[in-house]
Amino acid sequence: MFENLDALLLARIQFAFTISFHFFFPAFSIGLASYLAVLEGLWLKTGKPVYLDLFKYWIKIFAIAFAMGVVSGIVMSYQFGTNWSVFSDLAGPVVGPLMAYEVLTAFFLEAGFLGVMLFGMNKVGRKLHFAATLMVALGTFVSAFWILSVNSWMQTPVGFIMGENGQFLPGESWWDIVFNPSFPYRLVHTVMAAYLTTAFVVGAVGAWHLLKDRANPHARKMFSMAMWMAAIVTPLQIFAGDMHGLNTLEHQPAKVMAMEGHYQSHPEGAPLILFGIPDSEAKTVRYAIEIPKASSLILKHDLNAPMAGLDTIPDDEEPPVGMVFWSFRIMVGIGFAMLGIGLWSLWGRVRGRLYDMVWLHRAAVLMGPSGFAAVLAGWITTEVGRQPYVIYGLLRTADAASPLDAPAVAASLLAFILVYFTVFGIGVWYILKLMGKSPQAGELGAKRGDVGPIRTAGITPGPTQNPGSPDTLPSAKPTDKERV
Amino acid sequence: MDLTVIWAFIIAFAVFAYVVMDGFDLGIGILFPTFQPGRERDRAMNSIAPVWDGNETWLVLGGGGLFAAFPLAYAVILPATYPLIIAMLLGLVFRGVAFEYRWRDPGHQRFWDAAFTGGSLVAALAQGMTLGALLQGIEVEGRAYAGSWWDWLTPYTLLTGLGTVAGYALLGSTWLIWKLDGDEQAHARKLAVRAAIATIALMGAVSLYNISLNAEYAAQWLTAPHVYFAAPVPIITAIIAVSLLRAITRDGNSKPFWLAIALFFLGMAGLGVTIWPYVVPPGITIWDAAAPERSQIFMLVGVALTMPLIIGYTIWAYWVFRGKVTDEGYH
Repeated sequence: MFENLDALLLARIQFAFTISFHFFFPAFSIGLASYLAVLEGLWLKTGKPVYLDLFKYWIKIFAIAFAMGVVSGIVMSYQFGTNWSVFSDLAGPVVGPLMAYEVLTAFFLEAGFLGVMLFGMNKVGRKLHFAATLMVALGTFVSAFWILSVNSWMQTPVGFIMGENGQFLPGESWWDIVFNPSFPYRLVHTVMAAYLTTAFVVGAVGAWHLLKDRANPHARKMFSMAMWMAAIVTPLQIFAGDMHGLNTLEHQPAKVMAMEGHYQSHPEGAPLILFGIPDSEAKTVRYAIEIPKASSLILKHDLNAPMAGLDTIPDDEEPPVGMVFWSFRIMVGIGFAMLGIGLWSLWGRVRGRLYDMVWLHRAAVLMGPSGFAAVLAGWITTEVGRQPYVIYGLLRTADAASPLDAPAVAASLLAFILVYFTVFGIGVWYILKLMGKSPQAGELGAKRGDVGPIRTAGITPGPTQNPGSPDTLPSAKPTDKERV
Repeated sequence: MDLTVIWAFIIAFAVFAYVVMDGFDLGIGILFPTFQPGRERDRAMNSIAPVWDGNETWLVLGGGGLFAAFPLAYAVILPATYPLIIAMLLGLVFRGVAFEYRWRDPGHQRFWDAAFTGGSLVAALAQGMTLGALLQGIEVEGRAYAGSWWDWLTPYTLLTGLGTVAGYALLGSTWLIWKLDGDEQAHARKLAVRAAIATIALMGAVSLYNISLNAEYAAQWLTAPHVYFAAPVPIITAIIAVSLLRAITRDGNSKPFWLAIALFFLGMAGLGVTIWPYVVPPGITIWDAAAPERSQIFMLVGVALTMPLIIGYTIWAYWVFRGKVTDEGYH
């Protein structure tokens, strides 16, 4: 019995570890693929070299992030079977086809056009190359569509019938399954999170180079683009998050109770607990700083609306409150910090001093990784908050695991931890090294016989010696046959 | 023909596409230490850099398709071969990132080259051994794997693992004959001869072992009407093997690669006949493991709509990077 429990816990840690690592890469590459498409599109439209330079600067970073996303993603697609075989057997008829659609409509699209996007600029026409970039960007979005549909179905399962063998079988309409009640909200909230994650990374890199040289035109361009995203998308994202929260309240009230720290029911208006330390044993939030009745106002739009607490939920159906409570606050806190940056940048723009505000640039550098932290915190909120179920209300996580012995899972978990920290840590280091170089160098690269309006003859031999240099063409990839 | 059979063929196609396409990528990884650092390694790597990601996607289709179309098989095979699958995944991690990392960090290029080889070798061996573990039979109770977690390690699975490594090396070396020229092509020819001989020998050994492994497999091959199909197979294989060796040693350009694929096709068709109609021998047939009809139809629509497009743009992507690999542009 103990051994089984142990293997289960190990399997849960392994899944949490591998998916957390994996999630970082698509969270970044979904936004970055779109950013690259925008840059290439603007270059084709305006002919301004700054866009091409930025495209080449970021595509090198994209190539590394995408490779890490691919290899960590394949792990995910097999881990359902290796470690959650009961879930796979029972839910396969419903979620399997959605994942098959992800492979068919997204993974092949991304991978098929990635080669041309990275290495084909001089092999196909400009428009065809742009089309390839668009296909890669579209693929990243379609991938998010399907996998979030799967995840949402597990959170709000509908449209199925139970088979005699215990399997979940598709019901009358696939439409119901794909567009299950939480899916539209989760999709919008997650995709916007990915865009913001990328925007804050781009903004941080721009700010970093502005701090070194505020006249740097490439740094200015990317910083300005990123700050528009921060100013426009952050408010939309906060609104979408609120809608998602209301949807969760409707379908998974226990998750919201944990997010709010509401151990007890409040028949006459529930307080909004800003901070405090949840104590699940005593079923209370210690040292709580709270605004009376504000939670009822936010969630029910009525100060005195009664709100049920976790006291209405049987103990063995409650999610762990502490993790959900804290991760939710981290996510919201980062969201408002992002909003602050966006507003600050608008103020700077109005004053015409966007590129001179050193403290804004410093803050933007600091906020560079904030999107990743917010995405992870949000993911923990929703995934821990739906415990103890893997298919909400129907299949417990504890009943979904593979019949594996604890030592087998312990060994694989250890291997994943060692390999991921080493391999992806090094990859992130390479990305940071690329980001540390000024995008101005990309301009130099464009002079070495690349396609584009600024093509000039001549080859600058120095930088070409270094394949890691951002000015190697157009993606610094060795397969480029750029010199025509 | 019922939908379950159609789906069995779709999965088999995905596995075959994967084995051939990522097979030559992994084969190049396996052979990488025999290439000279510098130009030869760079050209070998560049011959697959634009396509490896697409090639590897077939593995996700094979796994994802099995999950969707035969969920019970997916839920039994993966726990049964747990250490192999984990090793394969980690091998593919090293192999995949090495494509990028070796160019990003010239100071550690040798290290990432070694990671490229190690990852490719582990992935190939694990895939071959997984195949062997499936063929030798998986113990099932109810709807779950019931064996121990070392069942996958036997002399037979080691044999299928080695066969896969040799086969991938054959695909990789014949791909390089096509994509390279000069001394490097001559080197690839030498490697291809050795890989071809090893592949053919190991294929023969696996076939004999299969027939001796259990009576049902033997019956598949040695009784009428199967024997009418079975009898010509060794003959056709022999003809292809001889043509392959001739094409490698003479002046074949793309021909060795296509013949190597033909050899793989025969091998896989043979395994298909052996295992039919089981998806997890000895107990679970494709009909036992099949998803309900509604799931099969839904996905079949997706495959019918997307597969022609996928094949179309995959061919286009290969076409864009056709011809010999040049090494200009980065020296």
